[in-house]
Amino acid sequence: MNTTRRQVGKSLTAIALGVATLGLGTVAQAADTIKVGVLHSLSGTMAISETVLKDVILMSIDEINKNGGVLGKQLEPVVVDPASNWPLFAEKAKQLISQDKVAVVFGCWTSVSRKSVLPVFEENNSLLFYPVQYEGEELSKNVFYTGAAPNQQAIPAVEYLMSKAGGGAKRFVLLGTDYVYPRTTNKILRAFLHSKGVDDKDIDEKYTPFGHSDYQTIVADIKKFSAGGKTAVISTINGDSNVPFYKELGNAGLKATDVPVVAFSVGEEELRGVDTKPLVGNLAAWNYFMSIKNPTNADFIKKWSDYAKAKNIAGHKDKPLTNDPMEASYIGFNMWVQAVKKAGTTDTDKVIAAMAGQTFKAPSGITSMMDPKNHHLHKSVFIGEIKADGQFNVVWKTPGPIKAQPWSPYIPENKGKKDEPEVKKAG
Amino acid sequence: MHMLWRCFVVLMCALGCCGAAQALTPAQARAMVVGEPEDRIAALNAVLANADDKTVALIQAISDDSVKYTDKAVFVMKDGKGYDPVTGAELPVPDDAEDIINPNLMRSELEQALAAIKLFSPDVALRTAAVKTLQDVADPAKLPMVEKAYEAETVPSIKRALGLVRAGLLLGASEKSKRLDAIALLADTGSPAVKTLLIERLKVETEADVKTQIDAALKTIDAKLAWGERLGVVFTGMSLGSILLLVALGLAITYGLMGVINMAHGELMMIGAYATYVVQNLFRHYLPGAFDWYILAAIPVSFGVSALVGALLERGVIRFLYGRPLETLLATWGISLMLMQLVRTIFGAQNVPVENPAWLSGGIEVMSNLTLPFNRIAIIAFAFLVLGGVALMIAKTRLGLFVRGVTQNRRMASCVGVNTARIDMYAFALGSGIAGLAGCALSQVGNVGPDLGQSYIVDSFMVVVLGGVGQLAGTVVAGLGLGVLNKILEGWSGAVLAKIMVLVFIVVFIQKRPQGIFAMKGRSAEA
Repeated sequence: MNTTRRQVGKSLTAIALGVATLGLGTVAQAADTIKVGVLHSLSGTMAISETVLKDVILMSIDEINKNGGVLGKQLEPVVVDPASNWPLFAEKAKQLISQDKVAVVFGCWTSVSRKSVLPVFEENNSLLFYPVQYEGEELSKNVFYTGAAPNQQAIPAVEYLMSKAGGGAKRFVLLGTDYVYPRTTNKILRAFLHSKGVDDKDIDEKYTPFGHSDYQTIVADIKKFSAGGKTAVISTINGDSNVPFYKELGNAGLKATDVPVVAFSVGEEELRGVDTKPLVGNLAAWNYFMSIKNPTNADFIKKWSDYAKAKNIAGHKDKPLTNDPMEASYIGFNMWVQAVKKAGTTDTDKVIAAMAGQTFKAPSGITSMMDPKNHHLHKSVFIGEIKADGQFNVVWKTPGPIKAQPWSPYIPENKGKKDEPEVKKAG
Repeated sequence: MHMLWRCFVVLMCALGCCGAAQALTPAQARAMVVGEPEDRIAALNAVLANADDKTVALIQAISDDSVKYTDKAVFVMKDGKGYDPVTGAELPVPDDAEDIINPNLMRSELEQALAAIKLFSPDVALRTAAVKTLQDVADPAKLPMVEKAYEAETVPSIKRALGLVRAGLLLGASEKSKRLDAIALLADTGSPAVKTLLIERLKVETEADVKTQIDAALKTIDAKLAWGERLGVVFTGMSLGSILLLVALGLAITYGLMGVINMAHGELMMIGAYATYVVQNLFRHYLPGAFDWYILAAIPVSFGVSALVGALLERGVIRFLYGRPLETLLATWGISLMLMQLVRTIFGAQNVPVENPAWLSGGIEVMSNLTLPFNRIAIIAFAFLVLGGVALMIAKTRLGLFVRGVTQNRRMASCVGVNTARIDMYAFALGSGIAGLAGCALSQVGNVGPDLGQSYIVDSFMVVVLGGVGQLAGTVVAGLGLGVLNKILEGWSGAVLAKIMVLVFIVVFIQKRPQGIFAMKGRSAEA
């Protein structure tokens, strides 16, 4: 009996692998091109967020190629689908680096996927551009983080909630999906709240599994908790679980004026599948919103709309949307191109050196700069409230760009850690 | 500075109570629209007590976000045209006019302001709604208006509710006797909003006997709220249970009665959900007037489409594999992958939005801390309707008789002239159709995407196996039982642990009692 079961297991895996390879297929190698890997989930629970990032990179590659490419060569995208399956991310990363010989990879959304590919990039001394806000506590020579560190998103958002304009919240529900990003962010936020004089009894930390869809109990608990004083919910729920969560909030009659929810993973794209009328007034903290008005952003949105129409991208061809990770992907990609041009080669170490201090005019309205040392972008922080049309009203922003602190000062163990990647000896 | 403003506002309101309505000035209008939220709120409160019709119209427009402004002028927008808020004359709106922005703080003040104005409306329904909005207001600036409305109110139920609002505001009164009266009145209500007010007061209260009063009142309220919570757990458990029941019911036929390990069961649900999505889009396109009723049309369509796919599946693949469970498992699993890929190719890998019709949005407030969402209630009712239908069909109809006959003893049924192949197809299509119905229901609470089925396939097998294979009653008990158990555990240990504990419970239970809750008895058990 045991053997049969094992055999079934084996054949299942074999079939799974077979299907995966059949579904994707690798792009045939053309002669004189620079290959660019794209490693975003195009299916599974994270597809709701990650699919557009792939398209933004493809759009940027098109744009560069139209203008003559880089170092006289055309860029060639290699797209793979790790299917929201964390170990598969590492496998696909290995394939991109050793089989397809890509010069750089743009990819990952969840921190668990990044953690899964990190050893691959370090071993092979290859380059990853990671475009999403994350929990910090990491600094690798082989990764450029173009999303926000906690002090560029989470902490300003909580400060806003505690301010008078933000409602003067005294109690906090920290609600997240159960994995490394929400857990670490909440650890930092708890320490931060303590430093602001909030007691543990006024903090309620809750986690749900990936793909959780029944938020009845949690919403009832939030309601109960909020009777004890002005409450705000800080949501690090990731992926498509946000839709049932917000639906439940709306149906239970919990309004943003009573209990505001600030989310770190909900942007324009995630709200597409939601009826936003009951959500008006709930908040999101990002470094970019589509509704920000400036010529660079208008240009970025136009480029994206045209591309989405031309490529017939589902959803976006009728209602093009841009969001923060798309902007971060776009900035990261263009900075990489600039760095390659500056270095005159795609050699990893030389490109890393050339990345330091790169600047790029960001759609968020600032001139974004790559920190000379810590591999993170300097970013402005915006707080937006959800409008009835699924866009955000910017209600607060930082006066200027903030330098990232990948090692949060609110975690005691981080004392004395250097603000730059450790240099490992070759060999 | 702020305190000064407050005092000033209170004074203005007090004056306003005896004065006549004052006309809105352009400066006042501008102050409410442009500037920092706090200044706008002050401006709003300043004009509130003696608001004339134009002021009310402007506040309403601000609250509806239909106001624009430039450096010089403020426009109330109506049907794309701008009007002056003071004179009402139509004005040309320049292109660079900015939309008004109302942050949360402003919005809640606007809501309260409108409610305070409506307290004096001749319409009873409007007044009732207004009192409800003001329930958790703690701003003493509203007290004069509430007092005035309280004096003038004639309907007893509204007067009582208004008395509570007044009591909430009087918690901050300087006379001790007034505070004690207010606490005594509030203790009887048992609403979370009142609890918040009392807790806030407790923090700043200095007199010892008032403090003990508040403590006693809080205990009374907590006792009342506890009932709402218990009922809430039962309801959410029933709701989760009804979903489990729906997703398992189809499987109870295909796996329970027919013995087919159908790994594509989840994908049949997904097809039902996508059918709902398509019907929704058709309604939006061709029958926008009847959009709210698309779900009624979607029910038979999702049943039909999934049943059709199920019938094709049975005719095309499964009928060759009867009696070979391992091959069936692999084949149906392969089919499930193909169906997912097919849907991905047609609709894209992204989730698709399915909107709740208006009558399924929102909820009914049973107790002050217990709101039952309409979509959940509808799904519970729907699950039992489907269950009733299936039970009747199996027990009372000719088809049901044949299905029972074939599953109990295929050869005997065949000998007495039942076309067993056709019955197999019908039964499988029926099970698939019910999966489609489950998909239609799921589209109202969760996400609709190609992976929808994957997240429910384990649950549905769990319910059928736990309930006892071949028994509808077992499926019902197991579905509802698991739902309630999960919700009780979740309230106690969080969602992640609850899920694990439920799985552990099932594993242990099946070890002890492999035949499930209800075991088949008699000869058919060995068949």
